[in-house]
Amino acid sequence: MYLPNFEYFQPDSIEETCQLLSQFGSKAKLMAGGTDVIIKMKKELLAPEILVSIEKIDQLKKIEYVPGKGVVIGSGVIHNDLVYSELLHEKYLSISEAARQMANNQVRNLGTVGGNIGSAVPSADLPPILIALGATVKITGVQGDRTMDLENVFIGPGKTVLTQDEIITEVVIPDQKMTGSNYIKFGLRASGALAVVGVAAAVQVDNNAIKDARIVLGAVSPTPVRAKKAEEFLRDKKISDELLAEAGVIASGECKPITDVRGSAEYRKDMVRVFTRRALRKAIDEGHA
Amino acid sequence: MLKFVTDKDGVKRYLVTLKVNGNEYTKMVKANSLLVNFLRGELDLTGTKKACEQADCGACTVLLDGKPVNSCMILTINADGREITTVEGLASNGKLDILQEKFIEHSAPQCGYCTPGILMSAKALLNRNSHPTEYEVREAIAGNLCRCTGYVNYVKAILDAAENQ
Ligand SMILES: Cc1cc2nc3c(=O)[nH]c(=O)nc-3n(C[C@H](O)[C@H](O)[C@H](O)COP(=O)(O)OP(=O)(O)OC[C@H]3O[C@@H](n4cnc5c(N)ncnc54)[C@H](O)[C@@H]3O)c2cc1C
Repeated sequence: MYLPNFEYFQPDSIEETCQLLSQFGSKAKLMAGGTDVIIKMKKELLAPEILVSIEKIDQLKKIEYVPGKGVVIGSGVIHNDLVYSELLHEKYLSISEAARQMANNQVRNLGTVGGNIGSAVPSADLPPILIALGATVKITGVQGDRTMDLENVFIGPGKTVLTQDEIITEVVIPDQKMTGSNYIKFGLRASGALAVVGVAAAVQVDNNAIKDARIVLGAVSPTPVRAKKAEEFLRDKKISDELLAEAGVIASGECKPITDVRGSAEYRKDMVRVFTRRALRKAIDEGHA
Repeated sequence: MLKFVTDKDGVKRYLVTLKVNGNEYTKMVKANSLLVNFLRGELDLTGTKKACEQADCGACTVLLDGKPVNSCMILTINADGREITTVEGLASNGKLDILQEKFIEHSAPQCGYCTPGILMSAKALLNRNSHPTEYEVREAIAGNLCRCTGYVNYVKAILDAAENQ
């Protein structure tokens, strides 16, 4: 397979990247790891005249803890860096584990956090757990920076609020009140399979009761969605198996899945019921592990 | 900054330097050159195979700065200044790598098409983790599809190589 001709830019700063994207407008396509962009070009779903690669911007490749801010993950961080990050093992193993379930080893060495968000694929594995942990993103464009909740970034399949000249520069996981979090994915194979259903849960447990919960459903709506009714239902209730089972039933009513080659809408809805219950249980029992 | 020349049709060719199996190559490539095609076509390193060309099968696996990646997904220009190891780079001074020895000993390859990719995934694993568990071996080669489905002997061979390296 061969790619059509295009021009290539490899800026080494964020500012230059935004300027190039602004200058070339819709002719240009931003690329990070390329695991999505290159495949789309091969399939002729995308034919940019210009590719702007952010591969050389080292500033985007850091994972660090910034006191008062939280865990800051650069958008250029590759999935395997999440898998092996000691900082994440210590603070949010749930994020490492979500990354570990993605794609395969080779793709995890190329694909980035920014690309996983930027592609806005409903089945993407990182957004649910990041949203469950209340992540915000920093978006930079020619006009400057803005920060917003990750859950508000997605508009629909393949669509985000980003303008042509903007890129996501970092994802911030704020210090948590949540005592546990977890992401469960169901794919048709253990490796290299996209999620048929993915459910992330984060809970704040106090004295055997749930003080607060966040439930995020992936691959069952045009964007990752929060199961807000289930979250509300759980608030200030004593933990029991029945309670979690009921939350699962409520969450399954909050998604709008489609039927496709990977699963029917009915199946997905029912899997949301089961996975919500399980993800909550794990988050309650095992903390962020 | 990337250096380039523009031909009369306006197509740019960029100057890149890649270190492949310890040798430095400086070449002019178009932006659309894929690493797998460059290795096979320009450098005659045909050990790296092409099959699905969509990052699913792992036949094109090479090490980029020590990490296994699908060379069908990488622009040659993106590998500028970086180090690449292909299956041809595993043997040194006429001596096969322990993994290659063990692959032969365990008759791991059947048709052999996936073998270079599996060797590269296994090599990267052993570089990072000299005593992997069976699970870790399976996880490391999960991105390499063997359509003869002969995974069992590959796993045995890799574990054996780990013990005897
Ligand atoms: C074989 C295979 C298996 C896969 N399995 C999974 C899986 O299990 N789970 C999963 O979630 N995904 C999977 N993917 C999809 C893909 O690998 C991931 O979504 C990956 O994170 C994309 O990152 P990238 O850097 O390669 O993106 P790119 O291809 O570089 O970019 C993807 C999109 O995001 C935009 N973008 C890139 N960086 C930024 C940024 N900083 N700011 C704003 N927009 C940006 C690009 O413009 C483009 O539209 C798989 C892909 C392959 C090929």
